Amino acid sequence: MRTSSLAGGGMLIGFNLFQACKPKAIPPVDLSKLTYTDFNAFIKIAANGAVTIFSPNPEIGQGVKTAMPMLIAEELEVAWNNVFVEQGILDTNNYTRQVAGGSQSIRHGWEPLRQTGATARQMLVNAAAARWGVDASECSVSEGVITNAAGDTLGYGDVVNEAATLEVPEDVKLKDPKDFKIIGQDAQNVDIDKITTGKPLFGLDYKKEGMVYASVLRPPAFGQKLISYDDTEAKGMPGVINIIKIGEKVQKLFEEDASFASKISSSDKVVVIAESTWQAMKAKEAIKAEWENDILMESTANHDQMLTGFLDGTQFETRRKDGDVKKAFSEADMVLERTYESPFLPHNCMEPMNFFADVTDEKVHLVGPIQTPAWKAGLIAKLLGREEDDILLEMTRMGGGFGRRLYGDFVLEAAEISDAIRKPVKVVYSREDDMAVGVYRPAIKYRIKASVKDGQLTGYHLKEAAINDNMYGLIPNFFPAGAVENYQVDTKSYKSNITTGAWRAPYTNFLAYAEQSFFDELAEVMEVDKVQMRLDLLKKVDAEADESIEYSPERMIKVIETAVEKSGWGTQPKGVHQGFVNYYCHNTHVSEVADVVIENGSPVVKKITCVVDCGIVVNPLGALNQIEGGVIDGVGHSMYGDFGFDAGMPTATNFDRYRLIRMKEAPKVEVHLIQNELAPTGLGEPTLPPAGGAVANALKAATGKRIYQQPFVKNPELLKVPEELIIG
Amino acid sequence: MPTYQIKVNGESKSVDVSADTPVLWVLRDHLDLVGTKYGCGIGQCGACTIHVDGTAMRSCSMTLEQLNGKSITTIEGLSEDGTHPVQEAWKEVDVPQCGYCQAGQIMTASAFLEKNSNPSEEDIKNAMHGNICRCASYNRIYKAVEKAAEQMS
Repeated sequence: MRTSSLAGGGMLIGFNLFQACKPKAIPPVDLSKLTYTDFNAFIKIAANGAVTIFSPNPEIGQGVKTAMPMLIAEELEVAWNNVFVEQGILDTNNYTRQVAGGSQSIRHGWEPLRQTGATARQMLVNAAAARWGVDASECSVSEGVITNAAGDTLGYGDVVNEAATLEVPEDVKLKDPKDFKIIGQDAQNVDIDKITTGKPLFGLDYKKEGMVYASVLRPPAFGQKLISYDDTEAKGMPGVINIIKIGEKVQKLFEEDASFASKISSSDKVVVIAESTWQAMKAKEAIKAEWENDILMESTANHDQMLTGFLDGTQFETRRKDGDVKKAFSEADMVLERTYESPFLPHNCMEPMNFFADVTDEKVHLVGPIQTPAWKAGLIAKLLGREEDDILLEMTRMGGGFGRRLYGDFVLEAAEISDAIRKPVKVVYSREDDMAVGVYRPAIKYRIKASVKDGQLTGYHLKEAAINDNMYGLIPNFFPAGAVENYQVDTKSYKSNITTGAWRAPYTNFLAYAEQSFFDELAEVMEVDKVQMRLDLLKKVDAEADESIEYSPERMIKVIETAVEKSGWGTQPKGVHQGFVNYYCHNTHVSEVADVVIENGSPVVKKITCVVDCGIVVNPLGALNQIEGGVIDGVGHSMYGDFGFDAGMPTATNFDRYRLIRMKEAPKVEVHLIQNELAPTGLGEPTLPPAGGAVANALKAATGKRIYQQPFVKNPELLKVPEELIIG
Repeated sequence: MPTYQIKVNGESKSVDVSADTPVLWVLRDHLDLVGTKYGCGIGQCGACTIHVDGTAMRSCSMTLEQLNGKSITTIEGLSEDGTHPVQEAWKEVDVPQCGYCQAGQIMTASAFLEKNSNPSEEDIKNAMHGNICRCASYNRIYKAVEKAAEQMS
């Protein structure tokens, strides 16, 4: 095996070398029949031409395990059907940015992954050319077979030995998009056979010889700490191996590394170690623990008052200020001000949090679902006082991430437990643990105020009040920044002991609904066309003059115009009530139109038309799945997602009291992709935020009532359709 | 702990577990059949759906005693080689995103279609309403059930 460093990208290509050569590349069906040796990079080529590509980034359902290898295969010039895909392990020497987050995997992988494939292809061609004694430029490649001017052919497997000894070319040429054969074609999820037959894939499915199971008793409420516990009964229960207390190591780590501060994680915890998951979970219930309360045990009612107080107050941090909004408001013909409210949201990955750890003197073996493996490996090294080289971290396919698996408190728990008991152990959260020990989307309130003078939008002032910080950064430069002369964004947050963090499309998952509802209402009071108002504003934006403006007005206009056409906006028959939105986040431009109809006197979201410009679409089949899912997830959480706290205790800990959208409530999503040759951007998040706005605007059209609070079902009165609006 | 004889995917198995152990954990931890998933433990999400004498049941909410000699089929035993019409439809439509809930979805759909191979839109939606897909692949689940119904009718 050989690895070579690439200029710039810091990435490596590894070849596995085999002696025998066959002319045509036809990989065997059974990969296990090939005896690959160890590897540490993206590509393996066997002597018979079989190609295995390693997908570097964690797979949480966003489809990168399929799409990232497609980028390599495209430039490697092999047939996609002949490629085997495997999940890469954490390897910070050979891979960069092994993270699932921010919809960035494809955007960041676009150049380096194609470079990786192209470099490998060029080395294989150079090897064949050298053997033939011809110039490499005379050779062509198709589906893993190299052909020279005389018509001689060599398979990749024939020359892989020689190729691996050659210099790594640094000036390989990437394909023109018009020559793509794999990118832009539908590719099935690479794990589809395993998923549909129930093969072990997920962290919860992982097993190792001698493995035991751990169930962890954590404080039931935020603000509590363990004082003492009685495990007499639990100890005598079937299958219980040991009951220990952990926390000391994590508390010490937090003193050194505040980046991972999380109060609930830093309390002492009681761990039941048992022979099976069920035995561990049952025995945990039998532990009698005493908890000490913080001075303030927080409740949603207090949060509500506090956030409203912030919005009514004057103490803000200003994130962006253009012109003078106060002056604009004082000179206005008309001012509109509205406040929007959202609850906390748990992530509720279908696969509850879990992780495997096996700490020995030789190494620390970690296996499981984690969106940020490198970050966690670094923390574990600090936690256990080990070298990072001691850590072997394998990522499993994840039963959802949605941001929850960025945090990895469960990885720390698994490592601390295995270090204490020196056994391979898997920590498994019950659903109740998972929902109650969350890193929630924070509760937020927005107040938006706008001024109109001579029919023009002259001022726009957005105030945010949030629990903890709301990951500020990009919001101030989102639309309508750049389109309004007097523009200001102010924020204030309350430092809570409830843990909050990134939740699918952080900082926009609620903001988009608030803003898009506001625009809708603004157009109504201005008595202008809702779509035309947006287009007029976008035409005022000079994104080149203002470098902070990340969205492209041109791309947004195209998306909006396409949505108008495809949704039949303004031309729907009576009885179909539409709501319009457009949005930019995670580098992708989106427009959505919701169709609401009245059935049995109630409004029903029937369909969402979604137009997306994400540049080149790597895998349309996967892309559509992401878009459909993002939209329905956005509709579901806007309609039903409700979560709060009472004296630090979560108001729901399972799906009997926490409502997720289900089949009968899911609208049909009709997707239209803008065709262009711009570099691709991600799809895991950007279609979610605007969906709530589209539904709210359509509900307004259907019921005549505007909803200022999520979830929409919280105020059933607002979902009632007045008699006079029901069309028979 | 009592010993139970159970029939899973056509094979007789003997397991020693306490009487309150849910079938879900017997399958996953004792029989290495991890295709059946844990999602909520209270019969709300459907990730743990198996067939008990052909009827879709929540394995998280039943014990071996409640099985009372009935045969279990799990996702691993739905077909020998993953070619049950529902599995084929799932592949053709490319339903999964994260994939975690899909075994439960497939087990619900296959039991339903055995009893109603000519379902209406409403029938399909009612049948699948009990299974949560957090990635919200509902449009494709619907399409795949419809496709499988065509094959099974």
